Amino acid sequence: MSNVLTCKKLGIDFGGLTAVNNFDLEIESGQIFGLIGPNGAGKTTVFNMLTKMYEPTRGTISLNDKDITKLSSIDVNKLGIARTFQNVRLFDKLSVIDNVVVGMHNSLKYSTLDGIFKTPKYKDSERKAYDQALDLLKIFDLSSEKDVLAGNLPYGKQRKLEILRALATNPCLLLLDEPAAGMNPVETEELMNTIRLIRDKFNVSILLIEHDMKLVMGVCDKITVLNFGQVLITGSPEEVQNNPEVIKAYLGD
Amino acid sequence: MNKIKGLLKNLFSNKKKSSTISFGLVIVAFIVMQILIRTGNVSSLIKSLLVPLCAYIVAALALNLTVGILGDLSLGQAGFMSVGGFTGVVVSAVLSNYIDSKLLILIIAIIVGTIVAALFGFLVGIPVLKLEGDYLAIVTLAFGQIIKSLIENLYIGIDSTGIKFSFVNDNTHLLADGKMIINGPSGVSGNLRLSSFEVGFVLILITLFIIYHLLESKSGRAILATRDNKIVALSVGIDTKKYKLMAFVISAALGGAAGVLYAMNYAAITPVKFDFNLSIMILVYVVLGGLGNLTGTIISTTILLLLPELLRGLSDYRMLIYAVILIAIMLITNNEKLKVILEKTKKSLTKKGAK
Repeated sequence: MSNVLTCKKLGIDFGGLTAVNNFDLEIESGQIFGLIGPNGAGKTTVFNMLTKMYEPTRGTISLNDKDITKLSSIDVNKLGIARTFQNVRLFDKLSVIDNVVVGMHNSLKYSTLDGIFKTPKYKDSERKAYDQALDLLKIFDLSSEKDVLAGNLPYGKQRKLEILRALATNPCLLLLDEPAAGMNPVETEELMNTIRLIRDKFNVSILLIEHDMKLVMGVCDKITVLNFGQVLITGSPEEVQNNPEVIKAYLGD
Repeated sequence: MNKIKGLLKNLFSNKKKSSTISFGLVIVAFIVMQILIRTGNVSSLIKSLLVPLCAYIVAALALNLTVGILGDLSLGQAGFMSVGGFTGVVVSAVLSNYIDSKLLILIIAIIVGTIVAALFGFLVGIPVLKLEGDYLAIVTLAFGQIIKSLIENLYIGIDSTGIKFSFVNDNTHLLADGKMIINGPSGVSGNLRLSSFEVGFVLILITLFIIYHLLESKSGRAILATRDNKIVALSVGIDTKKYKLMAFVISAALGGAAGVLYAMNYAAITPVKFDFNLSIMILVYVVLGGLGNLTGTIISTTILLLLPELLRGLSDYRMLIYAVILIAIMLITNNEKLKVILEKTKKSLTKKGAK
């Protein structure tokens, strides 16, 4: 099977400090991939490099065999990488459904003038977008709150909505930054099902950062452990669980 | 009675409620004003304020797009009004030799003024929008001052051989049949007074039409998303720079249109009219009406423009009381307890309507 994402020798320095170095990653199509490691290991920094919010100092990133190392955040998203954030970031003052439709921005093909004069082209694509957004909300059980301001949603639903917004950009690779943070065990269980559902229904590969080991070991096909900006090990959940280096990194000597 | 309640509910729950209210308010106000004028119940003072009022409303609505909807503080709206206004003056002075219809001249002047102001908005916007917050405010402030100084040093005249420009010193050397259009610091005199309340009314409607429809399109959502969170907007593939510039340019263009309407209302107008104070005044209209709230902008502009005139009887204490009222409104509308009460009445109104 071909790789969705390939990183080779990726690294970034902040001033004199090397935050991530020699980071290699290969995600196959349809895989759920875990990225774990102690606090400050550089996991979110990797996400920021993949979405080009940070400029990598070294190495290359390619998406579906296309080099995206030099592209902008916007183009990277257009080519198919979407992400969520560690602390939920929604458009608080927009309604739930508008948050999803904002995600579809680049698939709406009418011009600003079409919008101002409300041409048939505008009406047609807007109606389709809102129908599609409503379908997405239904899958995630959010349709009854579609007109609520996103900032007023309960926390668990905000998390879901953030994932939905990322999915609305029609990605081939979804990056989830600590999706289970702040969730209770029941919600985490539900989230695991959601993650599998996303993979199967939307045909996307998923890379997720997570501290909840039950979730990581439960859903991931493969895991990479990061420590002090370096890859410690990449392998199946069993291999990672039984690796003495990993136990040392987490618990100390 | 039930029908009325149903209507009320519709008005409050409809997604398009705010645009319906804005349009309704403007149209009703216009009709009422027309009736009052026809029946001779309006003093000449108020009549003379109608066109400036329309111009200020358009300028404030346009500024709300930058300050309220895009969320970037701009202090240069008077600059764009100035560019539009003086462009309109030149255009109308030239056209008056060829076209008889006053309305047509005004329309062309407004269109050209709008385009030139948009062009300035674009040129200024590219470097300026790289800045944020206070820095953006300072640079737009400087832009307004620069425009004022430029026009104070600009001499434009027209004679049988064509239009003549000069800068800093009057070197236009017009022939005997010539006429100065813009005469440096003393500005424009002998301007054609083409603006009317009706044109102002239509211009407000057009402005509302453009801004509301923009907000309901993907560009409007992109502007709102950029305001709420720039990084997230980038992460879903929105070109935040493009949409910031778009909002800024539309705001400048409509500001220019307002400037033409304003300038064409007076026989004589000086560049000083469009100074920093005007920018601040329009900003006050926007802030008091509520950031992003277009209906509020219209109401606050109307009240704040008429207030000093109504207080004229108090002569010297007029501006003092004006300031006190301004502060009082700010305090009252930001009162948490009052907000809760308002929210409750609104809820009970919609609930009753639903039953």
